[in-house]
Amino acid sequence: MLSLIVFLPIIAGLIILAVPSSQKQIIRIVTLLAALVQGALAVLIWQGYDPSLPGITAAVDGSLDGSFQFVERLPWITLDLGNFGTLNIEYFMGVDGLSITMVILTALISIIAVLSSWTIQKQVKGYFILFNLLSTAMMGCFVALDFFLFYVFWELMLLPMYFLIGIWGGPNREYAAIKFFLYTLFGSVFMLLVMIGLYFSVIDPATGNHTFSIVAMASQENYLPGSIFGPESVVWRYAAFIVLFIGFAIKVPMFPFHTWLPDAHVEAPTPISVILAGVLLKLGTYGMMRINFPLFPEVFQASLYVIAVFGAINILYGAFCALAQSDLKKLVAYSSISHMGYVLLGLAANNTEGMTGALYQMFNHGTITAMLFLLVGVIYDRAHTRQIDKFGGLASYMPVYAGIVTVAWFASLGLPGLSGFISEVFVFVGAFSSENIRYVAIVSALGILFGAVYLLWSLQRVFLGKRRPDAVYELHKDADGNDQIHFHDWKGKNDLDGRELAMLVPLAVIIIFLGIYPMPVLGMITTSINKLVEVLSPVVMTALN
Amino acid sequence: MYELPSGTEIQAVITTLKSSAAYYLPEIYLSALFLVLILVDLIFRPKKHHLLSITSLAGLAGSLWFIWQQHTMTGQEIFFGMYVIDEFAIFFKYFFVLSGILTVFLSMSSDELNNRASGVGEYYVLVIGMVIGMVMMASSTDLVMIFVSMELVSFSAYVLTGYLKRERRSTEASLKYLVYGAVSSGLMIYGFSILYGLTGETNISEISTVLIARGHDPVTLMIASIMILTGIGYKVGAVPFHFWSPDVYEGAPIPVTALLSVASKAAGFALLIRFFYVAVPHGSETGAFTPGSEWLMLLMILSVASMIYGNVVALWQKNVKRLLAYSSIAHAGYILLGIIVMDELGTQATLFYMLSYLFMNFGAFLVAVIIANKTGSENIEDYRGLGRRMPLTGAAMTVFLISLVGLPPTVGFIGKLMIFSALLAKGSVFVWLALIGILTSVISLYYYMLIPLNMYLRESKQPLPDTIKTGLLPRLVTACLMLLTLYFGIFFTPLSDFAHFAVTVFGNQLY
Repeated sequence: MLSLIVFLPIIAGLIILAVPSSQKQIIRIVTLLAALVQGALAVLIWQGYDPSLPGITAAVDGSLDGSFQFVERLPWITLDLGNFGTLNIEYFMGVDGLSITMVILTALISIIAVLSSWTIQKQVKGYFILFNLLSTAMMGCFVALDFFLFYVFWELMLLPMYFLIGIWGGPNREYAAIKFFLYTLFGSVFMLLVMIGLYFSVIDPATGNHTFSIVAMASQENYLPGSIFGPESVVWRYAAFIVLFIGFAIKVPMFPFHTWLPDAHVEAPTPISVILAGVLLKLGTYGMMRINFPLFPEVFQASLYVIAVFGAINILYGAFCALAQSDLKKLVAYSSISHMGYVLLGLAANNTEGMTGALYQMFNHGTITAMLFLLVGVIYDRAHTRQIDKFGGLASYMPVYAGIVTVAWFASLGLPGLSGFISEVFVFVGAFSSENIRYVAIVSALGILFGAVYLLWSLQRVFLGKRRPDAVYELHKDADGNDQIHFHDWKGKNDLDGRELAMLVPLAVIIIFLGIYPMPVLGMITTSINKLVEVLSPVVMTALN
Repeated sequence: MYELPSGTEIQAVITTLKSSAAYYLPEIYLSALFLVLILVDLIFRPKKHHLLSITSLAGLAGSLWFIWQQHTMTGQEIFFGMYVIDEFAIFFKYFFVLSGILTVFLSMSSDELNNRASGVGEYYVLVIGMVIGMVMMASSTDLVMIFVSMELVSFSAYVLTGYLKRERRSTEASLKYLVYGAVSSGLMIYGFSILYGLTGETNISEISTVLIARGHDPVTLMIASIMILTGIGYKVGAVPFHFWSPDVYEGAPIPVTALLSVASKAAGFALLIRFFYVAVPHGSETGAFTPGSEWLMLLMILSVASMIYGNVVALWQKNVKRLLAYSSIAHAGYILLGIIVMDELGTQATLFYMLSYLFMNFGAFLVAVIIANKTGSENIEDYRGLGRRMPLTGAAMTVFLISLVGLPPTVGFIGKLMIFSALLAKGSVFVWLALIGILTSVISLYYYMLIPLNMYLRESKQPLPDTIKTGLLPRLVTACLMLLTLYFGIFFTPLSDFAHFAVTVFGNQLY
């Protein structure tokens, strides 16, 4: 099941390889079908998922059965390394509460992004092959439970992303693409060293061999005394934690490693921005929750305050930068940085409320930001500009569009009744109840205020009021004497067309539904979050020492 | 007073030679192939090169059978201990024959060679000559034999480099190569003579025994070590013995560049590993590095300098061959990392890395050949817009370059993984080396990606046709190499087992 959901896009990519490049429609439909089947599989997994099983580590008896679900575990590579023993790499996948939400999110965003890619006209075949490769890599990252496998998928994302930004991007795409590539590679190569070090430090209790299994690594009793990351090797464990944290923080992106993100977003085509904001950024925080924190819990304990401060900086800095932007897409990009700050803050709270809020915020940020980027894409398609001061009064002429924009914008600023509100509440409840970071949380709360300022202000400038004198569109009177909007070189419908509605309405419905009744997601993640908090809690650590 | 050997002594020598010859079949066979090629060239005077190249291919493929036969003969010292057959040597025999075959494929596809006015008669002969020399380098256990085989490789390489004699840069490259080569082999033989003076032996395992038994003057040994290292360092192209390589790589015909950068480098490493393990005494059981520690220090310096210099200077290159030359300096640094670890795992990683380098580097040079045929240029600027017009070639080049950077799922990633694993398996002593390796590989991403950047992200200035057709053979070979690079990146057990097979010898005998 998981193999299928991961590798389905690659199969679609191979089929596309055989299709002549003139058959653009077939190529698009094959990709869409793959994404839809992937979505259906995600629903099946969701239906078959038992929320009472915790995940994170192996069950008490050391088995996986009572812990992870949909597990696929096969020996992949077994190497004889002479007197060193054998190198065991497993094809090991499974889901728990952390990953299942991300699997569903990825499947959903993939479908939306395929629909959004319909307007791509240049080198369609190459685009969709790379798109499918990216889709496989993302999904693979979320279900991999072997560090080696995870790393392969993690790095596999970089190349398609590079080309997708670099070939189909905006004017400054070369710079943005290589910046993205170098930044993320810089983060992940150190991860490689830590991965190798962990391999030499961890023993799989079931087999007695060294292992790359993240599940085995998450139990501190599996670490060999005297090894490089063994229990007494404090310095190296701190170093490894910091290195992993930076690797994942670059992806989040956390201040001061965030500078690639605005560039990448501004240059990337809309569907790639959607994927980037909707899924890729989540990989950073997912990696923290899955790998970084559980593997080195005592270091995590010691660095809660630092993480919280970085979270707060992200929230405030992102919001301030968003305030200053004149480009709508850059505004959304900085708001995305700001909102990922809440996730960091929630993680730093290190209690059930905060962690739940963080994971829920990851899901909501995925849907909300994807919607924001789609909406920016809609207006960019028509007007070929994203400058905030080139519009004005759009609400009167594009009412459906303006309505959906309002939902997305308000969801983003955390209006009660919409999903973003609930996750932010959880984050702050968690952060206030954690003694370490209470004051940081108070400062961060200002971020909500600034968030409201830049969102409402941009909403007002673009959609409300009247057409600005230097706006990029004209107004005509139609037969009834009403004003009709007219964009240069735009042949399509002025307000949203069917395809755009098909992308936006489901997202809007999800955002509203999860804002009113969050239990479908929360119910799925609670057991795992409790388990994660338990694994990270100081009690466990003192018992060990 | 020199006395004539007695009849029985001569008889004994002849018997040894006869029995040794049975273990020397691959080399004899290749030498026969060398002569046959000369005859074919003389008799048929082929207007087209295909007869010669196909004979070379068939001949090289045939030699694999003879090497296969040697699997049962391992552990033999022949020709009075000058030559040895062991798993390590067999590994490199396969390696060099395989690179010979790939070089022939590259040469068949290369227009600059095929359009050469006076034909390519001697070209394939010299390639075979170089393969023989390298095969012998990997098996020699005697200082004299080492020197002779190294010179055989070098002389073939000098001529091959200058093979496009009408081109100024080719001739210039050849001359530079010759001068550098002469100096460094001079230094090396001087180092050998000091070593001989210290021990009175030329066999490398005898040297080790004597050095351990009698002790030695560290300064003298250090001087000898540095001089020998000069010769080997020149072959592997490590900093600071690299000065010849960018010019030679740029000037030589591309297939020759590929052969030099992969096989000749590997031959140097084969020699280095054997020499390092056998001739230089070190207490392997305890992990104490005395008295070979001066070697270790030297190798660390070479390795770090190569990784940093190669990767940093490559950033400014505009010519693909020159870029790959600097990258090959950097890769010499990575390979040295595996040797520094000085255990089985490290050596296995080294051999694996060389195998991976074989696939990806030959692949990259093959693409360079294909593109040079079409555009007549090796400048990165002229790669603009080619990716879309040559889909297979462009995709393959991207795979090879990604593999050179060391990203999954390619064989280059596994190579780096194994090297770094070998470093970290030693605990924390070598972490700093691994860090340098990792950081420089991030730098390398930038310049490797310049090629896909030009191929895909930029549009060419001159109008180009929508698709550019390439020959069937180059396309086939490119596709094979690309698939192998990917396949071995996901299922690398066969390659790794092969490398492991080669290092067992160090576990059994030489330690």
